[in-house]
Parts: sequence; C-alpha cells; structure tokens
Amino acid sequence: MNKDQEQIMTTETSGQKPNTIDLVNKNLAKRYRAEKRFRFYGLASIAFGVLCLVFLFTDIIGKGHSAFLQTYVKLNVDLSAEALDISDINDPNQLAGANYQGVLKAALRERFPEVSGRRTKRKLYGTVSNGAGFEVRQMVEADPSLIGQKIDVWVHADDDIDTYYKSRAADGSGAYTGRMSEQQIGWIEALIADGAIEKRFNTTFFNAGDSREPEQAGIRGAIVGSLLTLLVTLALSFPIGVAAAVYLEEYAKKNKFTEFIEVNINNLAAVPSIIFGLLGLAIFINFFEMPRSIPLVGGFVLTLMTLPTIIISSRAAIKAVPPSIREAALGIGASKMQVILHHVLPLAMPGMLTGAIIGMAQALGETAPLLMIGMVAFIVDVPGGIADPATVLPVQIFLWSDSPERAFVERTSAAIMVLLAFLITMNALAVWLRKRLERRW
Amino acid sequence: MDTSTLLATLMILIAVAYVLGRGRSIALADTSGRGYANLNSLPFYYGMLTALWCGIPSLVLVGAWLMFDATIIDQLLIQQLPDDIRSLPAAELGLVLNTINNIAEGNMVGSEPAPYMAAAADTLNRLRTTSQMAMTVAAVTCGMLLAIFAWIRINPAQKARLQVETAFKLILLACSMIAIFTTVGIVFSVIFESLRFFQSVPVFDFLFGLHWSPQMAIRADQVGSSGAFGAIPLFAGTMLISVIALIVAVPTGLMAAIYLSEYASARVRSMVKPLLEVLAGIPTVVYGFFAALTVAPFIRDSGAWTFEFLGLQMAISSESALAAGLVMGVMIIPFVSSLSDDVINAVPQSLRDGSFGLGATQSETIKQVVIPAALPGIVGGVLLAASRAIGETMIVVMAAGLAANLTANPLESVTTVTVQIVTLLVGDQEFDSPKTLAAFALGLMLFVVTLALNYFALHVVKKYREQYE
Repeated sequence: MNKDQEQIMTTETSGQKPNTIDLVNKNLAKRYRAEKRFRFYGLASIAFGVLCLVFLFTDIIGKGHSAFLQTYVKLNVDLSAEALDISDINDPNQLAGANYQGVLKAALRERFPEVSGRRTKRKLYGTVSNGAGFEVRQMVEADPSLIGQKIDVWVHADDDIDTYYKSRAADGSGAYTGRMSEQQIGWIEALIADGAIEKRFNTTFFNAGDSREPEQAGIRGAIVGSLLTLLVTLALSFPIGVAAAVYLEEYAKKNKFTEFIEVNINNLAAVPSIIFGLLGLAIFINFFEMPRSIPLVGGFVLTLMTLPTIIISSRAAIKAVPPSIREAALGIGASKMQVILHHVLPLAMPGMLTGAIIGMAQALGETAPLLMIGMVAFIVDVPGGIADPATVLPVQIFLWSDSPERAFVERTSAAIMVLLAFLITMNALAVWLRKRLERRW
Repeated sequence: MDTSTLLATLMILIAVAYVLGRGRSIALADTSGRGYANLNSLPFYYGMLTALWCGIPSLVLVGAWLMFDATIIDQLLIQQLPDDIRSLPAAELGLVLNTINNIAEGNMVGSEPAPYMAAAADTLNRLRTTSQMAMTVAAVTCGMLLAIFAWIRINPAQKARLQVETAFKLILLACSMIAIFTTVGIVFSVIFESLRFFQSVPVFDFLFGLHWSPQMAIRADQVGSSGAFGAIPLFAGTMLISVIALIVAVPTGLMAAIYLSEYASARVRSMVKPLLEVLAGIPTVVYGFFAALTVAPFIRDSGAWTFEFLGLQMAISSESALAAGLVMGVMIIPFVSSLSDDVINAVPQSLRDGSFGLGATQSETIKQVVIPAALPGIVGGVLLAASRAIGETMIVVMAAGLAANLTANPLESVTTVTVQIVTLLVGDQEFDSPKTLAAFALGLMLFVVTLALNYFALHVVKKYREQYE
C-alpha cells in the first residue's frame, strides 16, 4: 500500500495524472497472488499439524501392533515323577518346587539330539522363555493328573525368537536375526517346519506385571497402579476443586485476598509438572516420611497438579448458570447454601464433570512428577491397595523405552496404544457429556 | 485397628450422629404439638450440625496424627539407640533407621541383625502399635464426646441453619486456600533445599559457572574430587531446545489459528480444531518415545547422508537437540494455536469491516489490522508456550541426552535443567549431598523463570482482553 502511495506522489510530480483505478488494477494480480500464498501457508500449517498426528499414530501402531501376538513353542515334555524329581505327587510343596525347567530342557535335548557342548546347549535352552518352567508348573498344579504323562505343551518363546518369528516373511526371508547365531536360526527353522511354533494372542501382556524378560512382561501392574493413583486423585481433587470454585464464584467478595487466590490458581495451572514432583518429594516423602512409590503419594501430587484445571473449569460451569435461577430460589426463601446445593451445583454438574474428566486424562498421562516421588522402581507384583508400591502406565512406558531388548520396543509401543486408548475414551466421554448435557440458557 | 477401618468407623459414627441429632430435634419439636413450626431450622440442619461436631475434629485429629507420627516415632526410637549409634552422622543414622524398619516389617532375610537393631525393631513395632491404638481411641472418643455435646445442646431455639451455613462457607474457603498453600509449599520446599545447596556451592558459581559435572567426592583425595555446579550449559541447552520448539510451533500455530478463525468454514473448523487439540492431549512420554526412537535416528541418518553428500566430516549425535526441539514444537502447536485463536476472535469485527471497506484483501486485513490488534495477546500466548517448553521434562529426558555441552549446534546433544533434575533425583539419594540439593536449586530457577513468564503473559493477555471489552 505504501508503495502505491509513493507511486501516486512520483507520478503527480512528473505532471501526468493516472487514474487511481489503474494503479489498483496494476497491483491487483500481485495482491491476489499474495492472498493465495497466505491462504496456502495457513492450510500448510494445519496440514503439517494433522500430518504429524497421523504420522505419530501410524508410527506407534506400526511398531506396537505385533506385541499383541506372542510366539509360542510346542515341546513334547515328559512329566513323569522321576523327570520332575519328585516323590509324592500329592504334596503341594513338592509340586511347587519340582524341576520344571529341567523337563523343558530335556524336551529340547530330545528334539535336537545332535546338540552337544555346554555353551551350545545353553543356547538351545534359550529357545524358550526363562519363565516357561513356571507355565508348566501352573499347568501341573491346575491338573496334577498330568504327572506321569508325556504331553505336548505350548510355552512362551524367548524374546529373540519372538522377534525373529514375527519379522519373518512367510517364505522365511527378511527376518530380524539380532543376536541369534546361524545355529539358533537353524533350530527355529526346523521347529517352524514342524509346525511347532505359532503366534497367539498375547494374554501375558494384559495379565502380567513387569518383568526383565520381554516375553513375560505385562502392563497389568501399571494399569492397576494408574487406576489406584487416579482414584486417589479423583477422590481428592474433584470435591476440593468444586468447593474452591463454589467459594470463589458464590461467596468471595471482590477484594485483594480473593484476587490473590485467583492469581495463585492461574499461576499453578502453568507451573511445570516437575515442580509438583519436587514439592511432593520435599513435603510428602522428606518431611512427612511417607513411603516412596505408592499410589497414595502419587495421588496427592497429581491432586495438587490437577486442582487448578478442575477449579477453572468448574468456575466456568458455575458462571454459566444464569443468575435468574439463583434469584428465583432466593425469592421463595431458600438460603444461600440451599441455592448452591439444590440449584447451582446440579445445573453446573455436567460442566464440572467434563472438567474433571479432562483433569483426570491429564493426570493419567503425567510422568515427570511421579518419577520424583520414586514411582520408577521395578515392581513385579500387581499392587493390591493405595499403600502398596506401584508404578503407573506412563512410567512403565518410560522404563521400557530405556530397555535395550528389541522386543521391548514393540511392547512399549503397545503400552502407548493402551494408554492412548484410555485417554481417547476419557476425552470422548467428556465431549459426549458436554454435548449431551449442555444447556443453552 | 488400621487406618482404613478407623476411617470407616468414623464415617459410621458421623452417620449415627446425623440420625440422632435429627431425631432429637424432631422429638423436641413434637412435644410442643405444633410439628416443626417452632423449630428454628429444619431437622436436617440439626442432624448436620451434630454430624459436623462429630466428624470434623476427629478427622482433623486423624490427619494430623498420620502426618506427624512417623517423625515422632523416629525421634523416640533414636533416643533408645545406644550412644555410639546415636552420635553417627545423619546419613548413616538414616541407614540404621532404614535397616531397623526393614527388620520390623520382616523384610530382612539372611544375615542375623545386630542385637541392638533387633531390640530397636521390637521397640519400633511396639511404638507403632501403641500409636495406632492411641489414635483410634483418641479419634473415636473425640468424635463421640463432641457429638454428645452437640446433641445435648440441641433445642428448638438453636440457630442450627446459620451455624451449618457458616461451617459450609468455612470449609469452602479452606478448599480454595489449598491453591495458596500449594504455592507456599512449592516456594518453601525449593527455597530451603536451595539455601542448603548454596551453603556448599556459592550462588555466583552456580549461576555463572561454565562447567557442569555434579559429582561429589567420597574421599577428599579422590581424583576429580571437586564437582562442578556451573549451570550455564544447562540454561543454554534449555534455551536451545526451547528456541527450536518455538521456531516450529509459533509460525505453524499462528498460521493455523489464522486460517481456522478467518478462512475456514464452520464445518472445517469444528473438525480440524479438535484434531489439532489431540496433539496437546498426547502424554509427553509418548512424544519422548517418538522423539528418541523415530525422529532422532531419522535426523542422524539423513544428516549423515547429507554430510556425506556434501563431503563434510561431521558426526551427528543420536541424541540431538534438534530431535527433542522439533517434537516439542509439534507438541506445543495446539497450545499456540488455541491461545492465538482466542485473541484473534476477540478482535472486533468492525476493525475488519473497516479494512475491507477500504479495499484491502483478506490477507492484507489480517496482516495489517487483525494481527497488530491481536499482537499483545499473541505475545502473551507465545510467552506461555515458551514457559511450557522450558518446563517440559519427558521429551528432553528421553531424547536430549545427559552431556552438558555448551554449544549452539542443534545437531549435538545438550542437556536441560529438567533433565538434570530428573537424573539427580531419580533413585535413592541422601538428602544432604550437594548433588541432590543441586536439583532443588535448579528447580528454584525453573520455578522463578516460568512464574515470571506466566505472570507477565497472563498480565499482558488480561490487559489485552480489557482493551476490547
């Protein structure tokens, strides 16, 4: 535009007097091009954002989908009392302590009789998972009549074999060999040719706690830990947040003190989450000497973190209730508390629930503050209560992503898929709730 | 009884108090033969009043007891230990207490504990049982006595409703004060530990030192015994990654917001906006995994290929600032775009109409009218995004690395303030070595910087909103 004006001035001084419309028309094509470019930048930005989202999801799903299947190996195991090294099959102690790993090893030796030498044998035993003996034990304990028989059992394959078999194309090419030797590959191919290896749905992944062995590791412990932590968070942050919002909207007078509370809430909403972890570490763990890595303390820290979110959204929901409702209630003799409990809160509840769900989704995905209070410990057992050591799903993802085994990569991605599924469900629920119960006044 | 049973008992007690209080008010009202008419308040309020008298003091008592009993029991236990153990330095004493604790809980397998430890473990168990019993007795007695007190006081003239409403208001006030307590708690917890840190490392060395290697010598004559706590490389690393993130997020987020608010139809807007907001809802640990396992190797490989092509001798670290920064940028796109969207929508339509009336195209209107008018709000949004980028933890922990390099090269690995806080504090640490305390000093810096940014940004945005209201 400035250029146009300059042009007008220069042409005026030179004596000619061109029409303004000519000048406008002269630049019009250029300006339309600029317009198109600008629109394109806008579209490109949106496309970039959406593409990142799509790429992220395809990458995670592409890496993680295979973890929902697990490779099993079929072995012909001799479950005779002698092989199991027990004398009394009715004694539960002996059943529990029997040599299950030994019979599996024997079965492998029997299948590949040509193998000799300690190191080669050890490699051969590595075909099945370290926890495979435990699987046989559970099977025998469930049905002691198996003892004395020689049966086919399907046990978890070791993670290297799992990775190899999953990456192997149907014709045997393109497989990821990793640390495996030619000899091991030979054994696996022989087993595949026998039909003694197959993929099944990975129930372990959903039923087991953490483990150092990828094929035995599951997310059950982390999910239960997350649920317990969220339960504590919800039980504390929802009532406290709603109460604070009611006070600020319905009771507080406009003064310095109220303003101070509001400034605090707004600032806390933007404080980095790791600072809440430092707070939890210094106050709960150090000062009050609460145990580390329990869902109770995790819930406390996440409560403090999600409170601002819940307070802010609850205030918005309370604000949306029209004053006429309050006035009508006051007019027929309700007290302030009755107005709030009987009229304002029920009408504002959908909005507050939406805020609470979004706050919980935020808490569910949070990792950093929980690292600070020690929820990174390696915990195998599924926690039974809010005072048991536990870990949560995002921290489990963090821990697994650090593990060197390739098989953990797909399990990490699968755990991420589970986490995202939870988050998407929660957010969808919030959106649905808002749509369903929202009221326009 | 254990704490959860105690809480359940108290709940039952409160319910009983409510029923009894309500019943008494009705009984008292009926003696006059006029129904409820001569009661000052509805029976509900008499019941509530009794329940509040019963519940609140006893619950507060239980809460305070649980908070302080561990500390008090430890003190009592230390007094019972032999003199030579008691005079040990705090860290070793802590270890001894820990061992005793393990013995008391029966977690100690293997070696036979020292006799004084076994005795102490017995004492500990006894103290714990006593404490638990005392708490139960105190809480239940307190609740019952006060409920009886309130129950006796009930009479038709008592202003129960007013009292209940006052209590209600006070409870609400207490809940809204938690925000203040949290801030105070954060400030105190980081400041106290930081002060202890600055006793061993001078403030100046921390703020302006160029070397970061947080090791502390176990023996004085150890090689490389002096740890260096110069935080400049961390600040530089944080800045580098944040700047990369903002370079990605600000133009993209702003342009997306402009397109959505000025060009897009309502239908497109309602579809694309939630889609972009999904980016903000993805947990940071997922971004971290994505950055470390997909983006960083990609940058390393494509960079190596480019350098080979150009004939340069340069290596790209597998943990580069670029990978962390790019992914963090993607994460804060929706943050920038939704804040900009708000402020752009707040610009009055009359300004746009005026510009169109003068013959400006839509993009000229946006560039020369809407953006300048919305600029303060946009700046505020960018500042909030910057504070988010500075405080982001998981992405950098997983993708940026640990090496404290002082460099401006985005292809090298750098470390950030948040990464160091996590590395220094994860795992068991004693609480008196400068190494651990350094994390709190870093936390203090982080808190101060983000607080200043947030405060300033919120102030700017608020000022801006008032301008057009």
